[in-house]
Amino acid sequence: MHIELQPRLDPPRWLGVAAPVAAFAVALLIGGLIVALLGKSPLDAFRVYFVDPLTQDWSLEALAVKASPLVLIAVGLCFCFRANLWNIGAEGQFIAGGALGGALALATHGVPHDGPLGGSWILPAMLALGVVGGALYALIPAVLLVTLGVSEILTSLMLVYVARLALDYLVRGPWRDPQGFNFPVSVNFDPDATLPSLVEGASLHAGVLVTLAVVVLAAVVFGRTMLGYEIRIVGAAPRAARFAGFSERKLALAAFALSGGLAGLAGIMEVSGQIGQLQPSISPGYGFTAIIVAFLGRLQPVGILVAGLVLALTYVGGEGAQIALKLPLDVTTAFQGILLICVLGADVVTRYRVRLVGRVLA
Amino acid sequence: MRDWVKGAAVVALAAMAGSAARAEDKLKVGFVYVGPVGDFGYSYQHDQGRQFLQKQFGDKVETTFLENVAENDSQRAFEQLARSGHKLIFGTSFGFMDPELKVAKQFPGVKFEHATGYKLAPNLSTYSARFYEGRYIMGEIAAKVSKNHTVGYIASFPIPEVVSGIDAFMLGAQKVDPNFKIKIVWVNSWFDPGKEADAAKALIAQGADVIAQHTDSAAPLQEAEKAGVHGFGQSSDMAKFAPKAILTSLEDNWGPYYVGEVKAVMDGTWKSHDTWGGLAAGMVVMGPYENMPADVKAMAEQTEADIKSGKVKVFAGPIAKQDGSVGVKPGEVMPDKEILGLNWYVKGVDDKLPQ
Repeated sequence: MHIELQPRLDPPRWLGVAAPVAAFAVALLIGGLIVALLGKSPLDAFRVYFVDPLTQDWSLEALAVKASPLVLIAVGLCFCFRANLWNIGAEGQFIAGGALGGALALATHGVPHDGPLGGSWILPAMLALGVVGGALYALIPAVLLVTLGVSEILTSLMLVYVARLALDYLVRGPWRDPQGFNFPVSVNFDPDATLPSLVEGASLHAGVLVTLAVVVLAAVVFGRTMLGYEIRIVGAAPRAARFAGFSERKLALAAFALSGGLAGLAGIMEVSGQIGQLQPSISPGYGFTAIIVAFLGRLQPVGILVAGLVLALTYVGGEGAQIALKLPLDVTTAFQGILLICVLGADVVTRYRVRLVGRVLA
Repeated sequence: MRDWVKGAAVVALAAMAGSAARAEDKLKVGFVYVGPVGDFGYSYQHDQGRQFLQKQFGDKVETTFLENVAENDSQRAFEQLARSGHKLIFGTSFGFMDPELKVAKQFPGVKFEHATGYKLAPNLSTYSARFYEGRYIMGEIAAKVSKNHTVGYIASFPIPEVVSGIDAFMLGAQKVDPNFKIKIVWVNSWFDPGKEADAAKALIAQGADVIAQHTDSAAPLQEAEKAGVHGFGQSSDMAKFAPKAILTSLEDNWGPYYVGEVKAVMDGTWKSHDTWGGLAAGMVVMGPYENMPADVKAMAEQTEADIKSGKVKVFAGPIAKQDGSVGVKPGEVMPDKEILGLNWYVKGVDDKLPQ
């Protein structure tokens, strides 16, 4: 006996809605069981994990701040993934953008700005450099792919380590804060080089608005422009795309540049809005987590926005559960995994008919 | 399905009402750790301090910890603790410095403490331990015990705490054996048992017959045990990992400090301060001296007593730098500020400091 997956030619609409809800319910049941086995109340856990973060201003802000880089990178990644280009190196492009944009903040640190603009040009220029840094860094695997046919999966991934070590070198050496007791961190950025808060004294920074704008723009590009159309066709039917005269090479370069540019933007916004300085590590793995977010969001910009918020919720809620219920970190991260498996499993059920098939006797 | 949603909503509302009614009169104390509490090293030892604190005060305090918090994503952890009624919050890793400072400014009514950093605020203290004092004693022991006159030293990151540890180790060793040699491997991690073990194997293969480490796992010590050479425990008493190899452990002891700070908050006498205590303050504790001849043990005990009494100062001149230039003049002692930013090796260290 074995399980067989038959593609559904016309998946019913209700299933697309019901499956994720059911997946969520199953994950809650499993998670609740684990919590109960630990001798804690599953109801309290549910409240702390899912209700509290969504009912308080500050935790909503924390959600937005945490989701912002994930969504931005994932939206970029879907330009690549939809065209069957496997950019695994968003983490490196994030670092490249953060480092190049941050370099301007360090170069202008403590320098008086007498021009007619004052220091107001610095932040926009930093964001632009962030995009450029990420895009150029992403073009390395893209160029290797289109000229020499080198697998972009390997090169983009390996360039992550190069970026990490390069940043590590820079903050230990030339960019080290001379007043910093020899610790490997740069000076703190000037106010002119810092993304402003949206709410006085809160962590919610203006980058969140940029992310929202990018989601809308990306949705328009995918749905309404020639580039979006080409990417969809190249990904779905490469032969047809070739007959239509679309250049796969140009497209690969464009998709990687867009994807890297958005990852770089996320990087500089994280550095300038959250961290406020350069240090050996500026990302807790956003570039990799964003791959999950991209697929959870079904490679659609709006879906990615929702998926990014859900994933951010599991982080904020998970910390809340450690604090309020003294649940161990391992349980909260295990629950993250359970939730993801259930949601992805539901995806399979939506797209395929699962049948138990008996052994056929010869 | 609709019933399920309705049920969940009712449950959620009921649960919220329940929590609002709960009274909070204990002092809530929060801890943020960079590693897992199960590392048996640095974070483990801070958590031992937390448990000690909990035992001392019983029902009067409630302690909470967040473990494995990424330094570049830690601001939210401090904010969550401050928001949830914690009145005293300890951040136990250097990389938490700026995030913790930001949150401290946001919550002037909450007291913050940051381990191993250097930025202070009216409601943010710093605290650290003079680990280098213990490393001086370890250097003396190593120079006595080693037959090849060589220690293999596994280092994490070239920050001042680690550099001052290497220098102190060599100053102690050179007092016993002026030609003592050190081989250093930088593993660029605080906790990576695989890498640490590989480094230990390589060092032993190169002739080091004592292994010292400034990383948190027990792996290097276990490698020393396997190879039949000696080693030192890091952060906690690691004798159980290597009963035959261990000479002593450099133990962090945060419990009494945490108790003192909590008492100060309860009494309303807490003030922002910069604490840097060593063997004398009990923040650094030497584990049992084992697997060494009686005269070596006696020497170690004597040095420990002399450091405690202030008779021996680790960074007392004359100290020559690696290139032979003057580090500390005769009759002078390196000021704390310089030790906290130390970025040069003493003479006799055969390694280039990663810059």
